[in-house]
Amino acid sequence: MKNYNFAFLDESSKRAVRRALLKAVAIPGYQVPFGSRELPIGRGWGTGGIQITLSIIGKKDILKVIDQGSDDSVNAISIRSFVRAATGVRTTTDSQEATLIQTRHRIPEIPLRGDQILVLQVPLPEPLRMVEPLESVTKRMHAEMDYAPIWLALYENIVRSGDIELGADYPVMVENRYIMMPSPIPRFDNPKLHKSPALHLFGAGREKKIYALPPYTDVRSLCFEDYPFRVEDMSGRVCRLCGAKDVFMDEFFDPASGKRLYQCSDSGYCEKRKENQPRG
Amino acid sequence: MAYVAVSGGQEAVENARALMEKYRQRGSREVDTGALENRMGLLIDRIMGEAGFYAPRYAALALKQAEGSPEEAVFLLRAYRSTLSRAHQSLPLDGAGMNIHRRISAAFKDIPGGQFLGATCDYTHRLLNFESADGEEPAGKEAAGEEAAPEGECPGPSGQTPRDTTADKSSQPVRANRLSQTLKEEGLLKQEEDTQAPQDITRQPLVFPAPRPARLQSLARADTGFISGLAYAGIRGFGPAHPTVGELRTGTLEVRIAHPLLEGECLVVGNICVTEVESFFSEEETAPGREEKEDPLKILESGQGDKADHSARPLSLAEGYGMVFGRNDTKAIAMSILDYSLDHEGDSPVQNQEFVLLHGDCLEMNGFISHLKLPHYVTFQSKLDRVRHTRGEER
Repeated sequence: MKNYNFAFLDESSKRAVRRALLKAVAIPGYQVPFGSRELPIGRGWGTGGIQITLSIIGKKDILKVIDQGSDDSVNAISIRSFVRAATGVRTTTDSQEATLIQTRHRIPEIPLRGDQILVLQVPLPEPLRMVEPLESVTKRMHAEMDYAPIWLALYENIVRSGDIELGADYPVMVENRYIMMPSPIPRFDNPKLHKSPALHLFGAGREKKIYALPPYTDVRSLCFEDYPFRVEDMSGRVCRLCGAKDVFMDEFFDPASGKRLYQCSDSGYCEKRKENQPRG
Repeated sequence: MAYVAVSGGQEAVENARALMEKYRQRGSREVDTGALENRMGLLIDRIMGEAGFYAPRYAALALKQAEGSPEEAVFLLRAYRSTLSRAHQSLPLDGAGMNIHRRISAAFKDIPGGQFLGATCDYTHRLLNFESADGEEPAGKEAAGEEAAPEGECPGPSGQTPRDTTADKSSQPVRANRLSQTLKEEGLLKQEEDTQAPQDITRQPLVFPAPRPARLQSLARADTGFISGLAYAGIRGFGPAHPTVGELRTGTLEVRIAHPLLEGECLVVGNICVTEVESFFSEEETAPGREEKEDPLKILESGQGDKADHSARPLSLAEGYGMVFGRNDTKAIAMSILDYSLDHEGDSPVQNQEFVLLHGDCLEMNGFISHLKLPHYVTFQSKLDRVRHTRGEER
């Protein structure tokens, strides 16, 4: 991209984002407001994550971008090509090769290392929004750790339907202090956040919030003693491409046989397994 | 090979882009950005306002590039704006010092300084003019090759630009004190001076309760349709009050910055065309010291319960303020209504700061709605898991 600064944003804007990141790392799970800038990509399409990526990326970084676990998803392609055009960095689909991974809705299957950063795109950062629409009120509730309404909502959920019926974006408690939205990753990925050696950065561009999980942070999904947290049931599902089990699967219908088929949601992982399999 | 569609995204994206470009270039005639800038002036104004970026030429380019979609054009300008570093902050602009091209009041028949319609279609009949279709329209008065209005200038009364020397005297821009000034001097309108440094919502996110500068900036940048609809709801019954447009003025303002070297001096960096509205609302006066009387217990104790009720509080006028880029009467009036509403706590939606200020940004509302088109396979799978779970369905 001619006529544009390295990584698109001007230097003072990138510094402003980094300042917010430092604060976020210092207070795990706390949502830091920041002066979110507009980007050439739709607001609500990952601009929070992209602003973080643009602000911390260096020329030596190797970038991986995924959406729904897939490198080939249209939005992942769009973001990857934008960051590559704006920075010239090398990109990869191999999560182990990447130093910086931007993701929407998934965490890679292969556990992350301490020298990797995962940037998550966040649509709705406020876990208390389900019980309180006003920002001024939720901010005070976080400050006072007034989390009774959210526990009550979970309890009511159990009373009504017999179990906690939250799907993706299942709220977590960070270091026994802040309740935090993990972004709409499946519940399957929530346990990967707990004590992860990698730095996790969360960006909500439209909502103008940044938050973080520094390495080895205590992250627990909300649950009750008698109603434990449960991930999506993937038992019995086998990837039709690589034969993997016990990973998060995309579901397909085969119109010919009328059967459900499954395939790894993490396309980089699936590719890697296929490559390592003996041919023939 | 039933699932090819789930991969091959790269190619699909490129093809979609190419097809979009093909649509944009339909027909043989190219759209001239200069013509867009001159002849689509109201649209350009609207786009610049919602983008928070006064640059008519870029707005015309954005419009051309976006196939005429205002939301896309705003998007393009906003994204470009993000790459510009901020060199200076302008000195406060004062609408009272405007070179006025249009000025009306709905409050008084005659106002000091006079009223003039300027360029407006308010009193025209909206009949499709078939004569102006397809090349039948005469060229503009300006000599061929010359740009029409110099940047930041609005067409004056009867369509001439203020520089047009052939225009009669009445088309020259005028200056006049605001009507509100007179009312303030009479003590009818509350005089409030806000000396706090303005907060810039593009640098610092909104916090609630939002200070007035942040509110006004949010409203000025908001989608025209959104705030017009809200203001309409507000005056139709879902808001606190009905306004009188005290003064609506359109004209040019000089943008000045402090001189970087010479203290006390300033530099003019350009002109912008703006529309400013002051709406008046009547309300009960809340003078300090009156609060005590409101306490029903105290009234009871004082033994003059009924009397206290009858000592009606005097009315005074309050003001709602609107200022937007370019010529955009409706948005400026809507802004003034919402400014007033947000200043007065209450239960109606237009008095709820978070409701009004957080949902009208063109990029944010369109971005979030359009993101629903992105794949949600994973979240849907998660939802499906829960639905199947409650139904006890076997996989």
